Amino acid sequence: MNKKSKFLAFPYLVWMAIFIIVPLILIAVFACTTKVAVDPVDGHRLSEEEIEAVNEAYIEENGEDAEIPEDLIPQKTVFTWDNLLAVSTYMPTLINSIWLALIATLICLLLGYPVAYIISRIKVSKQKMMIFLMILPMWINFLLRTYAWMSILENNGLLNKFLGLFGLGPYQFINTQGAVVLGMVYNYLPFMILPLYSIMVKIDGSTIEAARDLGAGSPNIFRRVVLPLSVPGIVSGVSMVFVPAVSTFIISKMLGGGTNMLIGDLIDLQFLGASYNPHLGSAISLVLMVFILVCMSITNSLDDEEMEGVIV
Amino acid sequence: MRRHVSRIYMAIIFFFLYSPIAVMAVYSFNSSKSRTVWTGFTLDWYGKLFHNETIINSLGVTMIVALIASVVSTVLGTLAAIGIFNMKKKSRGLVMYFTYLPILNPEIVTGVSLMLLFVFAGLDMGFVTLILAHISFCVPYVILNVLPKLRQMDMSLCEAAQDLGCNQRGVFGKVIIPEIMPGVLTGFLMSITYSIDDFVISYFTHGAESQNLSVTIYSMTRRKVSPEINALSTIIFLIVLAILLIMNITDAKRQKKLQRRAA
Amino acid sequence: MKKSLALVLVFMIVLAALSIFLYTWKNPQQPDEPDIEDGEGDGEDEEELSFSDSVDWDRFRGQGITINVYNWGEYISVDEGDGEFDTNAEFEKLTGINVNYSTFATNEELYAKLKGGGTKYDIIIPSDYMISRMINEGMLEKLDFDNIPNVEYMDDTIDTSYDQNGEYSVPYMWGVCGIIYNTTLVDENDDFETWNILWDPKYMGSILMFSSPRDAFGIAEKKLGFSFNTEDPEELAAAAEALKEQKPLVQAYVADEVFDKMGGGEAALAAYYAGDAITMMEDNPDLAFAIPREGTNIYTDAMCIPKGAPNKEAAEMYINFMCETKVALANVEYTCYSTPHTEAFEYLDEETQNSVSYPSEEVKLTGEVYRALSDQGSRLLDEHWTDIMSSGNSNPATVIIFILACVAAIIVVNVWKHNKKKKIELEEVELR
Repeated sequence: MNKKSKFLAFPYLVWMAIFIIVPLILIAVFACTTKVAVDPVDGHRLSEEEIEAVNEAYIEENGEDAEIPEDLIPQKTVFTWDNLLAVSTYMPTLINSIWLALIATLICLLLGYPVAYIISRIKVSKQKMMIFLMILPMWINFLLRTYAWMSILENNGLLNKFLGLFGLGPYQFINTQGAVVLGMVYNYLPFMILPLYSIMVKIDGSTIEAARDLGAGSPNIFRRVVLPLSVPGIVSGVSMVFVPAVSTFIISKMLGGGTNMLIGDLIDLQFLGASYNPHLGSAISLVLMVFILVCMSITNSLDDEEMEGVIV
Repeated sequence: MRRHVSRIYMAIIFFFLYSPIAVMAVYSFNSSKSRTVWTGFTLDWYGKLFHNETIINSLGVTMIVALIASVVSTVLGTLAAIGIFNMKKKSRGLVMYFTYLPILNPEIVTGVSLMLLFVFAGLDMGFVTLILAHISFCVPYVILNVLPKLRQMDMSLCEAAQDLGCNQRGVFGKVIIPEIMPGVLTGFLMSITYSIDDFVISYFTHGAESQNLSVTIYSMTRRKVSPEINALSTIIFLIVLAILLIMNITDAKRQKKLQRRAA
Repeated sequence: MKKSLALVLVFMIVLAALSIFLYTWKNPQQPDEPDIEDGEGDGEDEEELSFSDSVDWDRFRGQGITINVYNWGEYISVDEGDGEFDTNAEFEKLTGINVNYSTFATNEELYAKLKGGGTKYDIIIPSDYMISRMINEGMLEKLDFDNIPNVEYMDDTIDTSYDQNGEYSVPYMWGVCGIIYNTTLVDENDDFETWNILWDPKYMGSILMFSSPRDAFGIAEKKLGFSFNTEDPEELAAAAEALKEQKPLVQAYVADEVFDKMGGGEAALAAYYAGDAITMMEDNPDLAFAIPREGTNIYTDAMCIPKGAPNKEAAEMYINFMCETKVALANVEYTCYSTPHTEAFEYLDEETQNSVSYPSEEVKLTGEVYRALSDQGSRLLDEHWTDIMSSGNSNPATVIIFILACVAAIIVVNVWKHNKKKKIELEEVELR
């Protein structure tokens, strides 16, 4: 090991520049530009009326059936704040996504915390098996798992059929915000449990015993010993659930029926969906990214430890 | 009492995690295409699976992409980790910041930005773009798995090796690589898992000829998922389950042996 | 340690072997000679039909050419195990050209994929207004009709004004739009021949609406008595307002999901295309179909070749193949849409010829065709659509609350950190 070996990172640095930095710059560039029609002669921006006038003049000149050539009116990319300003129109969607993602994260935390604790306190030989069983569902494609939830939640689905046996329902489960949150919780619960577990397994059992010997009751042990020690796990678990949940676009489409649009759907709509506008899409992506990175820097400051170990 | 409570709680969580999978598996034996009405038992879908060209094709694409992407990113990431480890503190911080970005960033932003890049560079969407995209989200996981191992490594080992007349290459091959191997392996396995499971980034970077399984399933979910896909997933699930069980059993056996020896 | 290494190696080898196996499976050796055996399961009608020798089908055999076809979902005859005519497989068998088939759900999705997706297709099947838009933007290739002699079968009475000189496209199917309803879930005394039924609060939560903006807007425009092709900002705004009003009643915005949802009795009402309605009615006899009298959309979907298609001539052969009477008949029987192919129409039974797919002159008179909107118009429509889809979640006041909450969070975190630091410093002082 010596100073020379830092050149081993060189291929990666090139890679990083091309595939991490340049794409992000492209997003920023797209977000701040738009294409406008310009005058072929002096290059000034044309208004709608002027464009029409040019087209009409061409048709008059070349007869009714003439096709208007595509380069009759050249297009130019110009700088603009319009896209970023337009994002403010979609703030309610962003807030709705954040709200649903927060609820899902909270539920994941409440459900996952006891699971992680229980697993970390059983026999070591069994722990591995339990963790495997937690990860195993992730080997099934998440679209299929979500699709299976559709069959369960539908109006004529398995859950309503089951409730029907007791004369209950049918209830509307699918195409509601609740279904979207359920989908998020289901898909991202393992992301909460794993980091929590990896932190809790490090809590020494003798620390808890010592606290008990010193007369602390269970609630006190939890509040004074287990909880503070597991903060790093909570922080990384929360961010690992929140980020994918806030930006998901499939779960809302499949379980929300397209009526509960999230910010991810909005981005998809602009790039490969029904209203093509990559400039607006980039602007929304940029806002979403900045929001996430700000959140991350806040949560990271809560937890000064390096996160490498936690993510892994 | 407390033990019972925690048992029941774990049972409920497992029920929650596995009930959709159970539904999927059960209906892969359903004789009709219905997702909710049971019409009778059949193994037809398992037979038909191997004649469904679309599914088999995309399974092939998924495998090839996962394999190439994880091998390349493991090599690239391991070298990068060693290099980064030897950097000065400041430049290391900067590089690590950009390494974290793809992990912290929402997947959809990564996908969209890569799509913009490929279109901007004039690349046609296809195998190449899919593999490039997969490599770029796999590399950070390899780096983050290898770096801690480097940090745990005892530096005097290298020095000792050098003192004993080992040259640069020898130190690298005989000391460093074996020391960080567990991290490299974990990184490799994580890359494969993420690559196979990925949908969002593939959705934005796949081409007409390179649809992987996730993308194919997505286009199916817009109509009706054919039970063949359920059959395929059930098979994959059982294979993974079997591998994990075998690993666990051999592990337990080894541990027993160790204990016996210790006693 | 060694064990896990061995395990990973084994895993890798298995994976590699599997991928090679799958890959060779993917590209089966091109048959050098056309298969002589005929598809056993072909319907009786097709038995008497065979492929014409209008072009030399074998021209590209053995060259390993693959064409990418991008079509609507559920819009081609496939063999689902019941021995139906499998269009793409038959084409591969006849010509030795591989077909790579993928599907889209809306015209706009197709447009986005071509415009910004960097994907190369050889055949696309957009609808009328999208074809005009693509021609205007120079996205389509002119067809060489010498390679497509079967175009002679096309019905001249079809409105092909979207492609004025008929240079860019060959019609595939046409049809009308209407309302599908489940007779067991609706009040049968209601009037289903009006778009207003989709705004009836009684059916809250059981209405399915188009996820394609042009179709959704069309319905609102007809309800309000506008033209499908209005570009008047006020009329568009009014239509958007109507769609927003309808949103709380809508269970889901769908494309081909409609087959599953209506077929399974998930929803009571849906606006969709006539051909698909017939397909659904075959599966679920409770369904019925009505064409609203305010007027409906008469559309034509046509086969085109996008600019820069890698295999233009092979693509033209595909178009010619699709215009073979046998193929056109199989496709129209499978999709239940309306065929522009005069010969294939003759082969249809009388019941089909009189079904809703071939509406009366009366319906045709009230019907209207979508035309391409100007850039300005389509941008306005897209903006309204994004707005409709994202509306109704929360009110603007929450924006301010949200920003305040963010600021508060940052302050709290910083104060907390500051205090913690101080506390640690104090403790350290005490310790000393």
